[in-house]
Amino acid sequence: MRKSVSIAILVGALVTGMGTIATGQKGFLASAPQKPETMEVKIDNFSFGPAALTVSVGTTVTWTNRDDIPHTVVSTEGTFKSKVLDTDEKFSFTFSKAGTYPYFCSIHPKMTGKVIVQ
Amino acid sequence: MTDKVKDEILYDHNQDGIDRRGFLKCMAWAGTGALCVMSGGVLKSYSLSRLPGLSSKEALGELSFVQISDSHMGFNKPANPDVAGTLKVAVDKINALSATPEFMLHTGDISHLSKPEEFDTVDQILKSAKPKDVFYVPGEHDVLNDDGKQFLERYGKGSKGAGWYSFDKKGAHFIGLVNVMNLKAGGLGTLGHEQLEWLEDDVKHLKHSTPIVVFAHIPLWSVYPEWGWGTEDSAQALAYLKKFGSVTVLNGHIHQTLQKIEGNVTFHTAASTAFPQPEPGKAPSPGPMKVPAEQLKSVLGITNVNYVQGQHALAVVDSTLA
Repeated sequence: MRKSVSIAILVGALVTGMGTIATGQKGFLASAPQKPETMEVKIDNFSFGPAALTVSVGTTVTWTNRDDIPHTVVSTEGTFKSKVLDTDEKFSFTFSKAGTYPYFCSIHPKMTGKVIVQ
Repeated sequence: MTDKVKDEILYDHNQDGIDRRGFLKCMAWAGTGALCVMSGGVLKSYSLSRLPGLSSKEALGELSFVQISDSHMGFNKPANPDVAGTLKVAVDKINALSATPEFMLHTGDISHLSKPEEFDTVDQILKSAKPKDVFYVPGEHDVLNDDGKQFLERYGKGSKGAGWYSFDKKGAHFIGLVNVMNLKAGGLGTLGHEQLEWLEDDVKHLKHSTPIVVFAHIPLWSVYPEWGWGTEDSAQALAYLKKFGSVTVLNGHIHQTLQKIEGNVTFHTAASTAFPQPEPGKAPSPGPMKVPAEQLKSVLGITNVNYVQGQHALAVVDSTLA
C-alpha cells in the first residue's frame, strides 16, 4: 500500500516536470527570433558606459558617440571593428556566441570596455 | 615689466614649479602656434601672439622656424565652429614676422576626420604662408580608417615606415617621428621597434654637438598618462639621444603649451590652432574646452606666452604682456 502511493507521487512529479520543460522550450522557440534583445552603450567624456556590459547570447549592442570628438569601437581580439564614429553616430554588433569581448577606442586607447555574453 | 613679474611663479604650493594661476592663464590661450629660434644650439620659443613685440634680432637667431599643430580641419563643434578661420589667423601671424621663418613644422591632427577635403583646405590655407616648406608628422586624426595611407601619399614622400624621417638645416638635425599608429587597448602613443631601430641608426654618426630637434604628435614625455598623454616607448628613443648636448622635443596633441626640461632635453607642447583642451586631470575628459565665442576670438593672438626655463619637473609657461 505504502509502495503504490510512492509510485503515484513519483509519476505525478515526472509529469509536472515534463510539462515545465515542454513549456520552457516552447517559450524559447517562440520568443527568441521575434524579440532579439538590444542593449546600449553610450560614449561620454572619453569613456564607455557601462564599461562592462553583461548580455545574453543573441543580443545586439549599439554604441552611440555623444562626445564632440570622434571615437571607435574596436574588439581587442578582432571580433568587431566600427568605422570612425563622429558625434551622435552609432555602431551595432550582435553577439551570437558566449564569451567575454574586450574592446577599446583605437584613437584613444585609454578608453576600454567589455561585453560579457552568457 | 610689472605685469611680467606678476606672471612669474607666485604660488608654488606643490613645489613643482607651477603657479596654478599662471598655468590657467596659459590654458586660456587658444593659441596659434609657436616660433622657434635656434641660437647657439639653444632653442627658444615664443607664442605667435608675442611676435610683434620681438626685435628682428631676437626673431632671427641662427635658424628660425614655426611649429603649428592640431588644426583639426573639419571640426565644427561649439568649441570652435571656424577652425579654418583660426588657422588663417595663425598664417597671418606667421606672415607678419619681421624675418620670415625658414620653414614650418606641423605636428599633426591636420584634419579632424582624415577626409580628403579637410587636408585640401589646410593645404590651401598654408599656401598663403610665407615659409613655403612644411614638414608634417601625423596625428591620430590623420590616419583614421586607412592606417595612414592617405597621409603618406600626401605628406610622406621620402619618409620611412609610417612616415618618419630626418633632415638637416643649418647644422641642426631634425627628426620627425610617428607615434599614433597601432595603438593598443589601454596603452599610450607608441613608436614601435622598427622606428626605434631606424632612430638609433639615424643619429649614430652625428657629432655630439649637433643640435637635435625631434617632433612628433603625442608628447614624448609623460604629461598625463591617464588621458593617454604620453608615449610608452619614448624612453628608448630618448636614450639614443642622450649623447647630444642639445635636444629639443616638439609635440602637439594636448592643445596647450607646456614645457619641461630634463637634463639636456627640453620638451615643448604647442597650442592648437583649433580649440583648447583642459589642464591635465582638471576635467572629466580631455575633450574640447568650450569658451564663449567672443572669448575664443579675443584670446587668439592677444595673450602672450613665454617659455620660462625651470628647475622643477614641469617648467612654468607664463602669459600676459598684452
